[in-house]
Amino acid sequence: MALNQIASSSSRSNLLKPLITLFRPFSSSPADNTILTVETSVPFTGHNCDPPSRTVETTPTELLGFFKDMALMRRMEIAADSLYKSKLIRGFCHLYDGQEAVAVGMEAAITKKDCIITAYRDHCIYLGRGGTLVEAFSELMGRKGGCSKGKGGSMHFYKKDGGFYGGHGIVGAQVPLGCGLAFAQKYSKDGTVTFALYGDGAANQGQLFEALNMAALWDLPAILVCENNHYGMGTAEWRAAKSPAYYKRGDYVDGMDAFAVKQACKFAKEHALKNGPIVSTFIQLLFYYRLVSQSNAALERLHWNKQIRYRRQRILCSIGNMTAALSTPCSIIKFFGSFPFIILEMDTYRYHGHSMSDPGSTYRTRDEISGVRQERDPVERIRKLVLSHELATEKELKEIEKEIRKQVDEAIAQAKESPMPDPSELFTNVYVKGFGVEHVGDYGEFSIEIRLSGEKEGSEMPPLSTAEGWCGGRLGLEAYLLGFEGMDFSQILSYTEGNESFNQEAETSRPKLCFGISGLNMKPYTKIKVGYAYNRGPVPHFDPMRPLA
Amino acid sequence: MNLAWTHRRQWRKAVQIRGRRQWYQQWEVRKGVPRQMEEPGQVPTAEKLSGTFDCHFPFASESQSTSSVFELTKILGQSSRSLRPSVCASRFYSSIAKEMTVRDALNSALDEEMSADPKVFLMGEEVGEYQGAYKISKGLLEKYGPERVVDTPITEAGFTGIGVGAAYYGLRPVVEFMTFNFSMQAIDHIINSAAKSNYMSAGQISVPIVFRGPNGAAAGVGAQHSQCYAAWYASCPGLKVLAPYSSEDARGLLKAAIRDPDPVVFLENELLYGESFPVSAEALDSSFCLPIGKAKIERQGKDLTITAFSKMVGYALKVRPPFFLKAVSDAAEILAKEGISAEVINLRSIRPLDRPTINASVRKTNRLVTVEEGFPQHGIGAEICTSVIEESFGYLDAPVERIAGADVPMPYAANLERMAVPQVEDIVRAAKRVCYKSVPMAATA
Repeated sequence: MALNQIASSSSRSNLLKPLITLFRPFSSSPADNTILTVETSVPFTGHNCDPPSRTVETTPTELLGFFKDMALMRRMEIAADSLYKSKLIRGFCHLYDGQEAVAVGMEAAITKKDCIITAYRDHCIYLGRGGTLVEAFSELMGRKGGCSKGKGGSMHFYKKDGGFYGGHGIVGAQVPLGCGLAFAQKYSKDGTVTFALYGDGAANQGQLFEALNMAALWDLPAILVCENNHYGMGTAEWRAAKSPAYYKRGDYVDGMDAFAVKQACKFAKEHALKNGPIVSTFIQLLFYYRLVSQSNAALERLHWNKQIRYRRQRILCSIGNMTAALSTPCSIIKFFGSFPFIILEMDTYRYHGHSMSDPGSTYRTRDEISGVRQERDPVERIRKLVLSHELATEKELKEIEKEIRKQVDEAIAQAKESPMPDPSELFTNVYVKGFGVEHVGDYGEFSIEIRLSGEKEGSEMPPLSTAEGWCGGRLGLEAYLLGFEGMDFSQILSYTEGNESFNQEAETSRPKLCFGISGLNMKPYTKIKVGYAYNRGPVPHFDPMRPLA
Repeated sequence: MNLAWTHRRQWRKAVQIRGRRQWYQQWEVRKGVPRQMEEPGQVPTAEKLSGTFDCHFPFASESQSTSSVFELTKILGQSSRSLRPSVCASRFYSSIAKEMTVRDALNSALDEEMSADPKVFLMGEEVGEYQGAYKISKGLLEKYGPERVVDTPITEAGFTGIGVGAAYYGLRPVVEFMTFNFSMQAIDHIINSAAKSNYMSAGQISVPIVFRGPNGAAAGVGAQHSQCYAAWYASCPGLKVLAPYSSEDARGLLKAAIRDPDPVVFLENELLYGESFPVSAEALDSSFCLPIGKAKIERQGKDLTITAFSKMVGYALKVRPPFFLKAVSDAAEILAKEGISAEVINLRSIRPLDRPTINASVRKTNRLVTVEEGFPQHGIGAEICTSVIEESFGYLDAPVERIAGADVPMPYAANLERMAVPQVEDIVRAAKRVCYKSVPMAATA
């Protein structure tokens, strides 16, 4: 993501000025079009194909952008933590700090037209897809200014124009949905891909394999990404799967290295689009050997529960297809042309517990958490890269972080000012079209005039005529027409009603209720009393047999 | 003797006209119905049908026209039953009336909607090369290709999720379940991913999807294949639930469902697929749509209201006998003979329920019997009963009677199965109870 990402996410222009002045010196030394080469932490190895190279090309802008975005995400999650503890956020709050590299690296590799769908740990992915801090915090606090107008909550962030389809609370459900998005992309021939993110806990879900089977069968441009933070809620990976090799969690990517993620996603996207999905696998062996050799002593000190040794023995190569897992010869797969599609596994880690109600230390040690934070923290890695490439000094980076902190605080203040949703919003958006809610309430009456177009007052009308009317102003979007008085009921043969807004964008727009009636012997310019109902509670329904009281 | 010979010849002629194909059609339908031969001496309907029989009554619109036909037939001196615009008379003589089976109605609706909008596609088990498990999607694969008529593996959770995901993106999937019993495998996606999405995203993500398939009891399929899911889905806000009865219902409601931007659960009935109903010319038009949320008054009456949906409308209204079989009269007709005039409402739309129509009818007749096939507890009848009590309590002259399937899993044995599903006699008895005209029976309730 580029510099302007931060700029656009800030809602106040006066925030930008100090930020921009900070960045001006950067443009002079290394120029923006300088290509920097960065090596990923470990080399990739492909399975059934040539893996991408270990060296990733990047620009200073991108590198700094990574730093800023990840620092922003980190700060946002920590702020959400303290908001939850001060009871401004209720219910669920699943935090993503530690895993920012996945969100940021993926964004760098794809466009806004590609779709991402994820589970409930979606705050940072939402930011990456173009969401603003204010919207995120408002939604978390249940305010009207939130991305789902306060009706979704922490687990249901959506940004359809940014290609982000949520935000799903049911573990594993997002994987078939993601394959469905890929199906639609293939159907519409858009040339885009879908990344369906899920966790190691969801990797055991049956519907995942059902979706996987169909995606491979139909060559869907779907890329399944397992964000393996090694704990499905509180159950470690090795306790949840009899054979992690059988379940083939995915092709291994170091999820704490933003550039590895970026390279992997770019590779995955290209291959998914090029000539049908082709399996590719990244094997990451060296990292673990290095970890083990360097910190063998540390390994021994780790909690018995952690059993890192299994990683050493793990094959770390996964083939994205159940049939392949059952050792179908690869030549047969190639011959029939039905290549398995891609599963990527991001080896990542979350510092917080599963959610805010989980301290995160009953199933893992604090040493382990701090160990990962020291060795593999993604923000630290990028900071070291920035410093080593001399794109900014230590002091400047600290300034950036301070600025981000201030930005987050301002966003929280602004979100706190946002009002709670209007009570009428309880009943809106149940359906796109019509009906709203069955039981409506708080009804009233007012008089309107029926005008039959083109006719003068008092003129003769044909026996069967149709008229349209509308009433607006006071009515909410989900008002219903109850009945007419002042017109003989036998005259009205049919009526239809509809709700429309004049102009949905304008602040001053007033929704109107439109209706049409057709009846016998209607007169133009008839004044009738109209009953309407608004969504606040129970009310009698329209009774054609009984005039309004 | 001469008379008998003429009788036989005319009867044979009628059979020849009907032809073998129709005989098979009727055989399918008649399988579950006890066979009753026409009484000797009764004039066969070949005579009755010699007159002109215009079947282009506007069945889709108000039923005042139906009552006028009743009067017309009385004027002609024929018995109203034989010449009323019903299935039995007109079914075999399609040269006079335009008829369509529910299967053809659904097929034509799907066909037209798929040709009108390229975003509509059909997905389900055996919808393609098998031509549809119940032949509903016959011919669609050849016409639209495998991209738009997608055969899926037997993975309901997976392909329902894929359908909902495609709907998120903007396509208009029609997901077919072989029966709605299998939709339980996918109910998480129907409710949590489809129904609630528009609300949770405050309108950003709409899900224009249709879930369709046969619902309710078929003949002899056992407990796991016979449940009615109308009450389950109708209790969920965010879904629309439709249950057609006749071919016109099927056509109009399916078209409306496919065009609707909300998730729609479309509950068909396997036993109705083979039934023919007369269709008006208006219904054959490719832009024909029925409004969602409006019930239809199939038969006007003044003594009590019977509400039903799907197959039970037939039981309340008529059971479809071929012309030469003695008609097992419908509940309304039996009651009419006893002087009770029943108003039959075909609900069509379970969610949203057309409460105004039901209440208006109850206010007119003051008595209500609800009929449904599903389990009684928390069923559709319970909801209608409560709605009527909330709105029109003062108008009720008798407690509301609920008729539902027996509160047991569906048995296999034929006699038990017949007892577990409402029959015409049950409706008649309940109607009489409601009118305070029942004769207490010793063993049965």
